[in-house]
Amino acid sequence: MKRSKTIEEKAMKWLSAFATYSLILLLGFIVLIIFIKGFNALSLDMIFKTPKGGYYYGGEGGVLNAIAGSFYIAFGATLLSMLVGIPSALFLNTQLNRHKRAQNTIRYVLDALWGIPSIVYGAFGFALMLYLGLTASLLAGIITVALLVTPIVIRTFDEVLCNIPMVLHESVLAMGATKTEMAFRVLIKQGFPGLVTAVLLAFGRGIGDAASVLFTAGYTDRIPTTLDEPAATLPLAIFFQLGSPIPEVRERAYAAALILTFIVLLVSLSARAISKKQAKSIIK
Amino acid sequence: MNTMELLLDKDMMLKPEQTINHKPINKPAIEINNLNVFAHKNQILKNINLKIPQNKITVLLGPSGCGKTTLLKSMNRLTDLYPELHVDGSIIINDDDILNTSHNVADIRQKMGLLSQRPFPLPMSIYKNVAYGLKLKGIKNKQLIEHNVEKNLREVGLWDEVKDRLHTPANNLSIGQQQRLCLARGLAVKPQIILADEPTSALDPVSSKTIETLFQNIKSNYTIILVTHILRQAKRLADHVVFMYYGEIIEQGHPDVIFKNPKTESLRQYLIDGN
Repeated sequence: MKRSKTIEEKAMKWLSAFATYSLILLLGFIVLIIFIKGFNALSLDMIFKTPKGGYYYGGEGGVLNAIAGSFYIAFGATLLSMLVGIPSALFLNTQLNRHKRAQNTIRYVLDALWGIPSIVYGAFGFALMLYLGLTASLLAGIITVALLVTPIVIRTFDEVLCNIPMVLHESVLAMGATKTEMAFRVLIKQGFPGLVTAVLLAFGRGIGDAASVLFTAGYTDRIPTTLDEPAATLPLAIFFQLGSPIPEVRERAYAAALILTFIVLLVSLSARAISKKQAKSIIK
Repeated sequence: MNTMELLLDKDMMLKPEQTINHKPINKPAIEINNLNVFAHKNQILKNINLKIPQNKITVLLGPSGCGKTTLLKSMNRLTDLYPELHVDGSIIINDDDILNTSHNVADIRQKMGLLSQRPFPLPMSIYKNVAYGLKLKGIKNKQLIEHNVEKNLREVGLWDEVKDRLHTPANNLSIGQQQRLCLARGLAVKPQIILADEPTSALDPVSSKTIETLFQNIKSNYTIILVTHILRQAKRLADHVVFMYYGEIIEQGHPDVIFKNPKTESLRQYLIDGN
């Protein structure tokens, strides 16, 4: 190999290695900072208790209200988005395969919806809420976050589905399956890891988003027991506490951030485990 | 009626339709008239007229890109999947023109099994790959499904190789085994016709031979249409040869005649190059 080629190869290798590892380092750095700043405030009380009187001035209690609220909203919204998103992505890749123009238009619209900032969804959710005569509630929060994450579910799953070779479609249809049978029995299995990624992305976005729930879910110190009660969320708990002039409360904001990161990590790892098991039968 | 009798009885019901219908053997399994296929402005198939004999191996021979696969896919209307393809003419199977029929396309496709160039098992276990076809046929009886899965796997000589790992993913099988699994899966829906699109092109010589032997063994029960560009394979298997070139049928007939006395220059050249 020419000397210049060898140098080019080495330089590019180091450059790309630097780019890759620096990202991992950055992630470690973020977690480390949150850990250092929030570890002192992290206690069992913080996870298992709701805020007591004077909590926001450094008093007793925890953020269980926000943990529960975030879980309810993220799970509810992810579930709703799956109910709409999975059939939509399958429809796009089966029935609409013969209609390329419609397919492309729908993909373009979904990409645009994905790109809309979440505060816009928040404002839309708020308007919708008023129109329907709802107040800030768990239900309004779930619906708004579902609107935010559905395009993510559809497009992520769709990307995987459209990469399934046509030979698989042909093989299944040739056996006399209808397109619906093919979609729900075979394509969903072949695209399962993509579906898991889609759901994870949606869940991560849903649980971490503050702007969409600000007006729609509200905030409360209580754990909601029905869908029409307001619900606290972790991002808002972080937001409110971080704005406090009291150092102890700001520390608690970091502890809440640590809890949020941990939840996302836990859900992500368990979902990956499920996906790995299913991925064994995927045809490569 | 005991279980075995029940199984045998149901099995009878699942025999390929032609054995039940007792159709005259000289009637073609498929009759294609004036078939033209266009992709946008390109004509892929030009005025195809063809009678596929029953319970024989018909070989569609020709260089790559001559329209063999498109012709094959027209026969079970997989051409429907590609919006750019426009098909006209008639393809008559069991007195029904499948291109202009009121019958459900899924039902039409169940009369035909498909083997593609590269085997593509379904993303599930070996057992479920075969059972899926039976379920599509509406069979729910677990015993009957088990019985037929074993029967179809035996038919393709795969049973002894996989009987201890029926519930492991099908993608763990070797590529030759996968192709035989795909054949078993196709046979499970009790087709009359097997459409094979260069089924040995991705296989090693031993697996290819297995598939060829299988075809020889099962042709008394099925009409087989084999697309190939391998001349020697055509010579080994064909009962009827159709030579295609640039979307047209150039010559067709008995292999002895076609291979020994080619009438056209293009076939003569193909035979020289192939040898």
